[in-house]
Amino acid sequence: MTSSFFLDGKEIPFKEGQTVLQAAMGAGQYIPHLCWRPELEPHSSCRLCIVIISGKPFSSCTQPAMEGQKVECNTPKLNAMRRAVTQLLFVEGNHYCPSCEESGNCKLQATAYHVGMQDSHFPHQFPIRERDSSHPRVNLDRDRCIRCETCVRASRELDGKNVFAIHGRGIKSRLAVNSPTSLLKDSGISPDDMAVKLCPTGALTVKRVGFEWPIGQRIYDKESLATIELREYANQEAVHG
Amino acid sequence: MAEKLKVATCSLAGCFGCHMSLLDIDERLLDLLEVVEFDRSPINDIKHISQPVDLGLIEGGVCNAENVHVLHEFRKMCKILVAVGECGITGGLPSMRNSFTLKECLEEAFVRGVGTENAHIPDDPEIPLLLDKVRPLHHIVKIDYFLPGCPPSADALWYFLTELMAGNDPSLPQELIHFD
Ligand code: SF4
Ligand code: SF4
Ligand code: FES
Repeated sequence: MTSSFFLDGKEIPFKEGQTVLQAAMGAGQYIPHLCWRPELEPHSSCRLCIVIISGKPFSSCTQPAMEGQKVECNTPKLNAMRRAVTQLLFVEGNHYCPSCEESGNCKLQATAYHVGMQDSHFPHQFPIRERDSSHPRVNLDRDRCIRCETCVRASRELDGKNVFAIHGRGIKSRLAVNSPTSLLKDSGISPDDMAVKLCPTGALTVKRVGFEWPIGQRIYDKESLATIELREYANQEAVHG
Repeated sequence: MAEKLKVATCSLAGCFGCHMSLLDIDERLLDLLEVVEFDRSPINDIKHISQPVDLGLIEGGVCNAENVHVLHEFRKMCKILVAVGECGITGGLPSMRNSFTLKECLEEAFVRGVGTENAHIPDDPEIPLLLDKVRPLHHIVKIDYFLPGCPPSADALWYFLTELMAGNDPSLPQELIHFD
């Protein structure tokens, strides 16, 4: 017997052990998310996937789906919160989209479009963050890092390495590189690592391929983030079940 | 004939790209001129807003003391004030200098710069004083609407202006929101 819950009134089937986010994505209902990746353990830090269940907010990427549960997701109030969260991610870093090689292929930027972000609303902090261009093939631009720890998890769980960690706390936390010099060039990183591929921003990029696709032909120029994410999730489900 | 919408525009720490995009609305400009009338704007070279206007469009962030004065003039004289483009909204590329001190920037440009002769930092009193950091417009005055893009496309500008004039909510649909 399959169980189901209700997402904004729509019946969503789920399998035992699935989270609200997994079940929703599987049923073709996109819930915005930045730190969640289907192939990684959830991290529950970006709060974009927020939903309301029985009057209380939960991150849907960690919340187990339960029979008959009523979940609010796509409401004006929650969408305004998602927009504010996204704006905070922008103002606490330094995001110069017009000159960023990730622009048009960036999940953070595409998420901002999805939540209808037209301004920063909050004061920009213009933090000073160190860049690491020491590696011949991989660049780390901490200005663009949202500390979602996707790279940290991917390096450990998928690449079998342990290249990244977060050091410091709160607003002062930074992405650290696990190497004798704390520089990428002395780490085990490779441009083919999933840690680099899955970074949702331009913080980790492969050198010498930037601006490869002209404007109009980049990933999110052609299709919306929601369409792409749902398709990729369905493909993944079809392969891995 | 109904009274025309009075519009003022200016470029602060911007590159005039947003104004170029306004001109890029092509033949729709003729329709626009039927319904709007430009007060202060680089398009007609009027230097100060002569009377209160309905709409102010500002391109560029704020990098010096003169920009601050102009921004305050716009806020005082414009019923609706719009930040047009990434620089006005986020500080944009000029704000890349915020990672350095002003002294470092000036010395790099005028003292250590390649090929500089008689190196010194310009100090003519006519030159507006630079601010320590380049700021987006909303750090300084209240901004009513934001039109992202570098520059916002002609279609985004057209959508915004026509919706606003029709009295509708001019928020852009997802496909017209771009940060580059
Ligand atoms: S990482 Fe994404 S959001 Fe940040 S500057 Fe680059 S394109 Fe823009
Ligand atoms: S480098 Fe990328 S993946 Fe790693 S924490 Fe920063 S934004 Fe997330
Ligand atoms: S996707 Fe759930 S908190 Fe980030």
